[in-house]
Amino acid sequence: MTGTVVRFDGVTMAYGREPPILKDISFSLEAGSFHFLTGASGSGKTSILKLIYMSEVAAGGRIELFGHDLATLPRADRAPLRRRMGVIFQEFRLLEHLSAFDNTALAPRIAGRKADSYRNDVAELLVWVGLGSRMEALPSTLSDGEKQRLAIARAVVNRPEILLADEPTGNVDAAIAQRILRLLSELNRVGTTVLVASHDEDLVTHSGNPVLHLNDGGLTRFERGQKRPK
Amino acid sequence: MSFEASNWSPGALLPREDGTQRALLFVIAVLAFLACLAAIGAIASERAAEGWKDQLIGSATVLVRASGLESADAAAARAAETLAGVKGVAEARALDKAKGDALVARFIGPDPLPADLPIPRLVAVEFNSRQPATTADLRRALEADGIDATVEDHSIWTAQIMRTGALARSAAIGLFLLIAAAAGALIAFATRQGLDARRDLVEILHYSGASDDFIARLFQVRFARMAAVAGAAGGAAAALAGAGLHLFGKGQSVAAILPVSWTDLIAALPCPFIAALIAAVTARLTAQAVLKNAP
Repeated sequence: MTGTVVRFDGVTMAYGREPPILKDISFSLEAGSFHFLTGASGSGKTSILKLIYMSEVAAGGRIELFGHDLATLPRADRAPLRRRMGVIFQEFRLLEHLSAFDNTALAPRIAGRKADSYRNDVAELLVWVGLGSRMEALPSTLSDGEKQRLAIARAVVNRPEILLADEPTGNVDAAIAQRILRLLSELNRVGTTVLVASHDEDLVTHSGNPVLHLNDGGLTRFERGQKRPK
Repeated sequence: MSFEASNWSPGALLPREDGTQRALLFVIAVLAFLACLAAIGAIASERAAEGWKDQLIGSATVLVRASGLESADAAAARAAETLAGVKGVAEARALDKAKGDALVARFIGPDPLPADLPIPRLVAVEFNSRQPATTADLRRALEADGIDATVEDHSIWTAQIMRTGALARSAAIGLFLLIAAAAGALIAFATRQGLDARRDLVEILHYSGASDDFIARLFQVRFARMAAVAGAAGGAAAALAGAGLHLFGKGQSVAAILPVSWTDLIAALPCPFIAALIAAVTARLTAQAVLKNAP
């Protein structure tokens, strides 16, 4: 995939009658790019991700996803677009009644693929994220680090064109955070566009990827190596 | 034992049924039981009405009055002889005077009647079942022999019985529709409640690329299966109740009104399918309506 995957043009967003959390935001994500989305708590990082995966609606401006204007996108066309993306939620949001294997197999199953066509991919992916011995385990029996890696496996199993990750290292120690960053970088290397919302300054600095920084409703872009304000 | 991916089969996307759904299953089973009883009752009462109609159509009563010097008894005997000769009459017989008196006694009391009271005599006529005579044939034969008589063909009673039968059928259909509507409303409520309780699951499915139709189908299959089980249980209970009525109701007044036969119990057979169909359609439409407003 080449070209622009996500484009925000003068986007404004507010929750109810609250003051806008995002004011006139503009940026774009090119195919195959890796960006961090930073900012203080409540600055709107999760809101930007929600706008992209169509959980929230912008109050103003224009959002394009894979070239489609989300404001005019028919409801029936949302599902096919969502199948082209993977989402890692801050609070994991795993299906508690399903095993790690079933959780990971969710996206191909929803896409209508036959089990034989993806069961080996799912098994290999779980081994890749270090859950090879926990395939049958229910999420409630996994540690936070394991849950996080399971959430990543679920998000990437269908080889999404864009991966949105909301604080993927928020619940794990530094060693696991580095491991998760390596996983995301490997995915990016094979062509997946990655957008990671994080307040983990060490992780962001260590990765060296471009940063979209939110502050007081506005957004500033910092390219690779460009110095950011503390 | 280690996990083998090749042996894996997908788990149910909706969690197992909870207590609310078990209560719903019980209520649907009760509704199915009532619907099947209504159907069995309608079939049995329809047959009772048909039987009574056949009995009435197959016979007539003739009131014979004395005329001139001929006594009522003699006129009745002659009328019976005349009517027995009419084509399409299987049997005609004059009833005892006591029977005529008993009929009149219902209206004027049990005291002995004055001897000179001109009580008409009754002649009971049974028609041939294949080619029955008409009341016009009877009247013509009686007139030809100069007998003063009135032919009562029971048409008033037949019409009333048929109206009663039609009313029973309409009542059963109305009751069935009412029960179906109640079951549909229950399923719609349960579907809304299920979607609300599983909001997080529904959101994850949506964000993983599931369409509204995909999610609605999950609830449709869940409730259709549940309704099929409830329908089978309710239908079986109704069939048992019908069998009990057939076996133990003989000689009771209820058996005369509702003469349930073994074949009537077949009415309970389609119950699981109808219950599943109502649940499937209702759950699907309700889920689609609710999901339309989801992110």
